[in-house]
Amino acid sequence: MAGLAGLKDATAVVGIGQTAFAKQLPESEKTLACRAVLAALDDAGIAPSEVDALASYTMEETDEVELAKSIGAGDLTFFSKVGYGGGGSCATVAHLATAIATGQATVGVAWRSRKRGSGPRPWKNTTVQLPTPAQWTRPFGLLRPADEIAMLTRRYMHEYGATRDHLFNVALACRNRANQNPAAIMYERPLTREMYMTSRWISEPLCLFDNCLETDGALACVIVSKERARDCRRRPVYVHSAGQGLPAQHHGMVNYWNDDPLTGPAWTAARHLWKHADFAPGDVDVAQIYDAFTALIPLSLEGYGFCGRGEGGAFTEGGALEIGGRLPVNTSGGGLSEAYVHGFNLINEGVKQLRGTSTAQVPDAATCLVTAGEGVPTSALLLRS
Amino acid sequence: MLTPVVDDDGAPFWEYAARGELRIQACARQDCGELRFPPRPCCPHCQSFESEWRRMSGKGRIWSYVVPHPPLLPDYAEQAPYGVIVVELAEAPRIRLVGNLVSGPGAPLNSVPAERIRIGAKVQVVFGHGGQGGKGGHGRDGKDGGDGADDGGGAGPLPQWVLERP
Repeated sequence: MAGLAGLKDATAVVGIGQTAFAKQLPESEKTLACRAVLAALDDAGIAPSEVDALASYTMEETDEVELAKSIGAGDLTFFSKVGYGGGGSCATVAHLATAIATGQATVGVAWRSRKRGSGPRPWKNTTVQLPTPAQWTRPFGLLRPADEIAMLTRRYMHEYGATRDHLFNVALACRNRANQNPAAIMYERPLTREMYMTSRWISEPLCLFDNCLETDGALACVIVSKERARDCRRRPVYVHSAGQGLPAQHHGMVNYWNDDPLTGPAWTAARHLWKHADFAPGDVDVAQIYDAFTALIPLSLEGYGFCGRGEGGAFTEGGALEIGGRLPVNTSGGGLSEAYVHGFNLINEGVKQLRGTSTAQVPDAATCLVTAGEGVPTSALLLRS
Repeated sequence: MLTPVVDDDGAPFWEYAARGELRIQACARQDCGELRFPPRPCCPHCQSFESEWRRMSGKGRIWSYVVPHPPLLPDYAEQAPYGVIVVELAEAPRIRLVGNLVSGPGAPLNSVPAERIRIGAKVQVVFGHGGQGGKGGHGRDGKDGGDGADDGGGAGPLPQWVLERP
């Protein structure tokens, strides 16, 4: 087992950066990417010429060549892209951590830049099929990610008695945190139960407030070895454990064709994550859980072991997800209320919590779970201070 | 309306559908025989590349459903809100098909009010038009007509679903 201990606390996030978030930003995705990456390097106190590793998403439009030559990176010896949209967010950091821990690189930058606010909705493109088995779903009018996840949500509610109030608890917790975060798109926009219950449907049983924002923006973070981290400008946030998950017989976001569609990729990533961790779900102080849709939170709470199967809805009751609750989540507002940038803001918020600099700080937070998109091949990180 | 963008693995399904038959890919190795969906090159249970297309009864139950509202692609927005269902097949509940609950063969997506859709409701497959008679027929074991349709097929009519007890 000695080799398997290789990743634990071997690397740390030492820099984070972001642009403004808005429905519409004037600059290009490439420019935004450069701004976020340079901000993260500046935060770390590391020169761009020292960067020798990059990682991003397959859906990222700015490639390594463009980014590296723009920011003045050094010679790259490791670069990687992870698939499945928001499922790849944490894996970008995990790949860099693995590369650095194994000596393939020394300074890694992960990033995501996206103009999803002002750009086109991906599902409107009928010639380029999304990486789903579209022939079995799209002709019947199951067109958007919201429709695909709504199908699992309805079944989940049917099997376990989860309610719209449970989904509202998720939307409200995220909105409350966004109301504390001046950088959040929903900073000055409180949410009430009445607003939620009377909002328009997107795909029943999911309403407007069950869906994430459409945002322009970019974020990045810098990863180095734990030895190097000690010399950086900020307090290191260690990558304690990292995992990806693509379960046997999984089918992507339209996961309707296996024995147990409600046991998603989170379960696979979680098994790996906890196996390599020194602590357990009950020891997590704060979590940043991927929230393209509210329903992904109860599903993820179950997958990552915070409650039993079918208990994710009930877990949200009594303010459990709020500051001071059992498990404060998405303390920047998340994808639902801060910004939807394929979950990268969740990574940076996890770092802020463990630095003690969040706008909704959990007192003395020392451990944070960050997850990528549930319902697609996914990834997750356990961070610790 | 979107027509299926058919791949090599899925083509036989749509060719049979064009004839009004609901067939699902199955392993053709004698000691395996597992059904699988969506279709793929080899059997995930025994790794055999031999497959056949087994005729289903066309009976099933609604496993889940959604009711999409705009913004949607224009042809779908016109019919919204409409129901989209996932049906688990009577012969093999793990085999689930996405489809629409309609009032009869070829009827529009919104021809059954969404309020009438229930998880667990028994449904029967029908084929809109161009098929040879609507119903899927009853569970013969797939030894008939093994080599696919010869009409160049691609995507014919889509399978649709009607309530067994309307």
